[in-house]
Amino acid sequence: MMGDLTQYFDYVLMAMLLAVGVAVIRLRNLFAIVMLTGVYSLLSAAWFTSLDALDVGFTEAAVGAGISTVLLLAAMLLTSRECDKVSVSRHWAALAVCVAAGAVLLYALPDMPVYGSPDTPVNAGVGMEYMDRTADDLKKIPNVVTAVLGSYRGFDTMGEVFVVFAAGVGVALLMGLSGRRREEDE
Amino acid sequence: MFVTLVDFAVLGMVALGMAFILARLFIGPTLYDRVLAVNAFGTKTVIFLVVFALMVGEPAAIDIALLYALMNFIATIAILKFFRYRSLEVALSQMALRRALDGEDD
Repeated sequence: MMGDLTQYFDYVLMAMLLAVGVAVIRLRNLFAIVMLTGVYSLLSAAWFTSLDALDVGFTEAAVGAGISTVLLLAAMLLTSRECDKVSVSRHWAALAVCVAAGAVLLYALPDMPVYGSPDTPVNAGVGMEYMDRTADDLKKIPNVVTAVLGSYRGFDTMGEVFVVFAAGVGVALLMGLSGRRREEDE
Repeated sequence: MFVTLVDFAVLGMVALGMAFILARLFIGPTLYDRVLAVNAFGTKTVIFLVVFALMVGEPAAIDIALLYALMNFIATIAILKFFRYRSLEVALSQMALRRALDGEDD
Protein backbone atom coordinates (compact mmCIF):
# COMPACT_ATOMS: atom_id res chain seq x y z
CA MET A 1 0.00 0.00 0.00
CA MET A 2 2.78 2.42 0.91
CA GLY A 3 4.64 1.82 -2.29
CA ASP A 4 1.47 2.36 -4.27
CA LEU A 5 0.94 5.77 -2.73
CA THR A 6 4.52 7.05 -2.81
CA GLN A 7 4.95 6.30 -6.48
CA TYR A 8 2.46 9.08 -7.33
CA PHE A 9 4.80 11.57 -5.70
CA ASP A 10 7.58 10.27 -7.91
CA TYR A 11 5.37 11.05 -10.91
CA VAL A 12 4.51 14.52 -9.58
CA LEU A 13 8.17 15.32 -8.89
CA MET A 14 9.21 14.04 -12.31
CA ALA A 15 6.52 16.20 -13.96
CA MET A 16 7.85 19.24 -12.09
CA LEU A 17 11.41 18.34 -13.15
CA LEU A 18 10.23 18.19 -16.76
CA ALA A 19 8.47 21.56 -16.47
CA VAL A 20 11.58 23.16 -14.96
CA GLY A 21 13.73 21.66 -17.70
CA VAL A 22 11.48 23.05 -20.44
CA ALA A 23 11.43 26.45 -18.72
CA VAL A 24 15.26 26.48 -18.55
CA ILE A 25 15.33 25.97 -22.31
CA ARG A 26 12.65 28.59 -23.07
CA LEU A 27 13.79 31.45 -20.82
CA ARG A 28 16.36 33.98 -22.02
CA ASN A 29 17.09 35.67 -18.70
CA LEU A 30 20.24 34.03 -17.32
CA PHE A 31 19.43 34.97 -13.74
CA ALA A 32 16.07 33.20 -13.91
CA ILE A 33 17.82 30.19 -15.41
CA VAL A 34 20.27 30.08 -12.48
CA MET A 35 17.28 30.16 -10.10
CA LEU A 36 15.61 27.38 -12.03
CA THR A 37 18.69 25.14 -11.95
CA GLY A 38 18.69 25.53 -8.16
CA VAL A 39 15.03 24.50 -8.08
CA TYR A 40 15.87 21.62 -10.41
CA SER A 41 18.41 20.20 -8.00
CA LEU A 42 16.06 20.74 -5.04
CA LEU A 43 13.39 18.77 -6.89
CA SER A 44 15.73 16.00 -7.96
CA ALA A 45 17.08 15.66 -4.42
CA ALA A 46 13.50 15.35 -3.14
CA TRP A 47 12.92 12.74 -5.79
CA PHE A 48 16.02 10.79 -4.74
CA THR A 49 14.77 10.90 -1.16
CA SER A 50 11.40 9.63 -2.32
CA LEU A 51 13.19 6.77 -4.09
CA ASP A 52 14.89 5.89 -0.78
CA ALA A 53 18.34 6.96 -2.02
CA LEU A 54 19.02 9.22 0.95
CA ASP A 55 22.77 9.50 0.40
CA VAL A 56 22.34 10.61 -3.22
CA GLY A 57 19.71 13.12 -2.11
CA PHE A 58 22.11 14.44 0.50
CA THR A 59 24.88 14.93 -2.06
CA GLU A 60 22.50 16.52 -4.55
CA ALA A 61 21.19 18.96 -1.94
CA ALA A 62 24.70 19.97 -0.87
CA VAL A 63 26.35 20.17 -4.28
CA GLY A 64 23.47 20.91 -6.64
CA ALA A 65 21.30 23.28 -4.65
CA GLY A 66 24.05 24.92 -2.62
CA ILE A 67 27.41 25.13 -4.33
CA SER A 68 26.44 25.08 -7.99
CA THR A 69 23.92 27.91 -7.60
CA VAL A 70 26.61 30.08 -6.03
CA LEU A 71 29.14 29.03 -8.70
CA LEU A 72 26.71 29.85 -11.52
CA LEU A 73 26.03 33.25 -9.94
CA ALA A 74 29.77 33.88 -9.73
CA ALA A 75 30.08 32.91 -13.38
CA MET A 76 27.26 35.33 -14.25
CA LEU A 77 29.35 38.16 -12.80
CA LEU A 78 31.74 37.65 -15.72
CA THR A 79 29.11 37.48 -18.44
CA SER A 80 25.98 39.32 -19.53
CA ARG A 81 22.49 38.98 -18.07
CA GLU A 82 20.74 37.71 -21.18
CA CYS A 83 21.68 34.81 -23.38
CA ASP A 84 22.13 35.36 -27.12
CA LYS A 85 19.73 34.13 -29.74
CA VAL A 86 20.71 30.73 -31.07
CA SER A 87 20.26 30.06 -34.77
CA VAL A 88 17.69 27.47 -35.80
CA SER A 89 20.26 25.25 -37.52
CA ARG A 90 22.00 24.69 -34.21
CA HIS A 91 18.63 23.75 -32.69
CA TRP A 92 18.25 21.02 -35.30
CA ALA A 93 21.74 19.69 -34.62
CA ALA A 94 21.03 19.58 -30.86
CA LEU A 95 17.68 17.88 -31.50
CA ALA A 96 19.41 15.24 -33.62
CA VAL A 97 21.94 14.52 -30.85
CA CYS A 98 19.16 14.31 -28.24
CA VAL A 99 17.02 12.00 -30.36
CA ALA A 100 20.01 9.74 -31.05
CA ALA A 101 20.96 9.56 -27.36
CA GLY A 102 17.34 8.98 -26.36
CA ALA A 103 16.98 6.20 -28.92
CA VAL A 104 20.08 4.47 -27.53
CA LEU A 105 18.72 4.78 -23.98
CA LEU A 106 15.31 3.41 -25.00
CA TYR A 107 17.07 0.55 -26.81
CA ALA A 108 18.93 -0.29 -23.59
CA LEU A 109 15.80 0.02 -21.42
CA PRO A 110 14.47 -3.55 -21.76
CA ASP A 111 17.76 -4.91 -20.38
CA MET A 112 17.32 -2.95 -17.15
CA PRO A 113 16.01 -4.96 -14.19
CA VAL A 114 12.61 -4.04 -12.78
CA TYR A 115 12.71 -1.35 -10.07
CA GLY A 116 13.21 -3.09 -6.71
CA SER A 117 13.78 -6.48 -8.29
CA PRO A 118 15.66 -8.94 -6.05
CA ASP A 119 17.56 -10.43 -8.98
CA THR A 120 19.69 -7.39 -9.81
CA PRO A 121 23.46 -7.67 -9.36
CA VAL A 122 23.17 -5.08 -6.59
CA ASN A 123 20.65 -7.10 -4.63
CA ALA A 124 22.02 -10.56 -5.39
CA GLY A 125 25.83 -10.35 -5.53
CA VAL A 126 28.49 -9.20 -3.13
CA GLY A 127 26.34 -6.23 -2.08
CA MET A 128 24.05 -8.41 0.01
CA GLU A 129 27.06 -9.85 1.82
CA TYR A 130 28.02 -6.36 2.98
CA MET A 131 24.39 -5.66 3.89
CA ASP A 132 24.51 -8.69 6.19
CA ARG A 133 27.95 -7.95 7.60
CA THR A 134 27.25 -4.29 8.39
CA ALA A 135 24.73 -5.21 11.07
CA ASP A 136 27.36 -7.24 12.96
CA ASP A 137 30.59 -5.39 12.16
CA LEU A 138 29.51 -1.81 12.69
CA LYS A 139 26.67 -1.54 15.14
CA LYS A 140 27.04 2.21 15.53
CA ILE A 141 26.51 3.05 11.85
CA PRO A 142 22.82 2.98 10.93
CA ASN A 143 23.22 3.48 7.18
CA VAL A 144 24.80 0.79 5.01
CA VAL A 145 26.02 3.31 2.45
CA THR A 146 27.83 5.25 5.16
CA ALA A 147 29.36 2.03 6.45
CA VAL A 148 30.62 1.03 3.00
CA LEU A 149 31.94 4.50 2.13
CA GLY A 150 33.47 5.27 5.49
CA SER A 151 34.72 1.89 6.60
CA TYR A 152 34.83 -0.98 4.09
CA ARG A 153 36.30 1.19 1.34
CA GLY A 154 37.63 3.90 3.62
CA PHE A 155 41.04 4.15 1.89
CA ASP A 156 39.34 4.72 -1.44
CA THR A 157 37.20 7.47 0.05
CA MET A 158 40.28 9.04 1.63
CA GLY A 159 41.96 9.07 -1.80
CA GLU A 160 38.93 10.82 -3.26
CA VAL A 161 39.02 13.41 -0.51
CA PHE A 162 42.72 14.02 -1.22
CA VAL A 163 41.99 14.49 -4.94
CA VAL A 164 39.19 16.99 -4.25
CA PHE A 165 41.35 18.84 -1.73
CA ALA A 166 44.28 19.00 -4.19
CA ALA A 167 41.95 20.34 -6.88
CA GLY A 168 40.64 22.99 -4.52
CA VAL A 169 44.12 24.05 -3.48
CA GLY A 170 45.21 24.16 -7.12
CA VAL A 171 42.30 26.39 -8.11
CA ALA A 172 42.92 28.64 -5.12
CA LEU A 173 46.61 28.98 -6.03
CA LEU A 174 45.86 29.67 -9.70
CA MET A 175 43.00 32.13 -9.22
CA GLY A 176 44.30 33.78 -6.06
CA LEU A 177 42.42 34.06 -2.83
CA SER A 178 39.69 36.64 -2.46
CA GLY A 179 40.28 40.36 -2.55
CA ARG A 180 44.00 40.59 -3.23
CA ARG A 181 43.67 41.66 -6.85
CA ARG A 182 41.27 44.47 -5.95
CA GLU A 183 43.64 45.92 -3.38
CA GLU A 184 46.45 45.98 -5.96
CA ASP A 185 44.15 47.88 -8.33
CA GLU A 186 43.59 50.53 -5.72
CA MET B 1 -4.76 3.06 6.33
CA PHE B 2 -6.66 6.14 7.43
CA VAL B 3 -3.53 7.92 8.62
CA THR B 4 -1.80 7.03 5.40
CA LEU B 5 -4.56 8.64 3.35
CA VAL B 6 -4.45 11.79 5.48
CA ASP B 7 -0.67 11.95 5.01
CA PHE B 8 -1.18 11.43 1.31
CA ALA B 9 -3.67 14.30 1.14
CA VAL B 10 -1.32 16.60 3.09
CA LEU B 11 1.60 15.74 0.87
CA GLY B 12 -0.58 16.25 -2.20
CA MET B 13 -1.52 19.75 -0.98
CA VAL B 14 2.16 20.57 -0.42
CA ALA B 15 2.94 19.33 -3.93
CA LEU B 16 0.13 21.53 -5.28
CA GLY B 17 1.65 24.52 -3.51
CA MET B 18 5.02 23.64 -5.05
CA ALA B 19 3.38 23.63 -8.48
CA PHE B 20 1.86 27.09 -7.89
CA ILE B 21 5.22 28.50 -6.77
CA LEU B 22 6.79 26.93 -9.83
CA ALA B 23 4.28 28.79 -12.01
CA ARG B 24 5.26 32.08 -10.34
CA LEU B 25 8.90 31.19 -10.94
CA PHE B 26 8.25 30.69 -14.66
CA ILE B 27 6.10 33.77 -15.15
CA GLY B 28 7.67 36.07 -12.52
CA PRO B 29 7.91 39.48 -14.19
CA THR B 30 10.74 40.79 -12.01
CA LEU B 31 13.81 39.08 -10.62
CA TYR B 32 12.63 39.72 -7.07
CA ASP B 33 9.51 37.64 -7.72
CA ARG B 34 11.80 34.82 -8.73
CA VAL B 35 14.07 35.16 -5.68
CA LEU B 36 11.03 35.04 -3.40
CA ALA B 37 9.63 32.11 -5.35
CA VAL B 38 12.90 30.15 -5.05
CA ASN B 39 13.04 30.84 -1.33
CA ALA B 40 9.44 29.75 -0.84
CA PHE B 41 10.02 26.71 -3.02
CA GLY B 42 12.94 25.66 -0.82
CA THR B 43 10.74 25.97 2.25
CA LYS B 44 8.02 23.92 0.56
CA THR B 45 10.60 21.26 -0.28
CA VAL B 46 11.68 21.09 3.35
CA ILE B 47 8.04 20.63 4.42
CA PHE B 48 7.56 18.03 1.70
CA LEU B 49 10.57 16.05 2.91
CA VAL B 50 9.55 16.19 6.57
CA VAL B 51 6.00 15.03 5.80
CA PHE B 52 7.41 12.35 3.55
CA ALA B 53 9.82 11.20 6.26
CA LEU B 54 6.96 10.92 8.76
CA MET B 55 4.76 9.17 6.20
CA VAL B 56 7.30 6.52 5.26
CA GLY B 57 8.72 6.26 8.76
CA GLU B 58 12.26 7.12 7.67
CA PRO B 59 13.73 9.57 10.20
CA ALA B 60 16.96 9.92 8.22
CA ALA B 61 15.07 11.92 5.58
CA ILE B 62 14.63 14.68 8.16
CA ASP B 63 18.42 15.16 8.06
CA ILE B 64 18.12 15.99 4.38
CA ALA B 65 15.31 18.41 5.15
CA LEU B 66 17.62 20.16 7.66
CA LEU B 67 20.42 20.30 5.09
CA TYR B 68 17.94 21.83 2.63
CA ALA B 69 16.95 24.53 5.07
CA LEU B 70 20.64 25.48 5.54
CA MET B 71 21.40 25.34 1.81
CA ASN B 72 18.36 27.43 1.01
CA PHE B 73 19.58 30.08 3.40
CA ILE B 74 23.10 30.10 1.89
CA ALA B 75 21.74 30.31 -1.65
CA THR B 76 19.42 33.19 -0.75
CA ILE B 77 22.29 35.09 0.90
CA ALA B 78 24.45 34.56 -2.19
CA ILE B 79 21.69 35.75 -4.52
CA LEU B 80 20.94 38.87 -2.49
CA LYS B 81 24.66 39.64 -2.20
CA PHE B 82 24.89 39.33 -5.95
CA PHE B 83 22.01 41.78 -6.37
CA ARG B 84 23.27 44.35 -3.92
CA TYR B 85 27.02 44.36 -4.49
CA ARG B 86 27.59 42.66 -7.86
CA SER B 87 30.33 40.59 -6.21
CA LEU B 88 30.68 37.40 -4.21
CA GLU B 89 34.33 37.88 -3.22
CA VAL B 90 34.09 40.26 -0.30
CA ALA B 91 32.67 39.44 3.10
CA LEU B 92 29.37 41.10 3.89
CA SER B 93 30.84 42.82 6.94
CA GLN B 94 33.38 44.65 4.75
CA MET B 95 30.97 45.65 2.03
CA ALA B 96 29.34 48.59 3.82
CA LEU B 97 32.78 50.00 4.58
CA ARG B 98 33.97 49.50 1.03
CA ARG B 99 30.87 51.13 -0.37
CA ALA B 100 31.33 54.11 1.93
CA LEU B 101 34.94 54.46 0.75
CA ASP B 102 33.91 54.19 -2.90
CA GLY B 103 31.27 56.84 -2.33
CA GLU B 104 33.92 59.23 -0.95
CA ASP B 105 36.07 58.69 -4.02
CA ASP B 106 33.20 59.71 -6.29
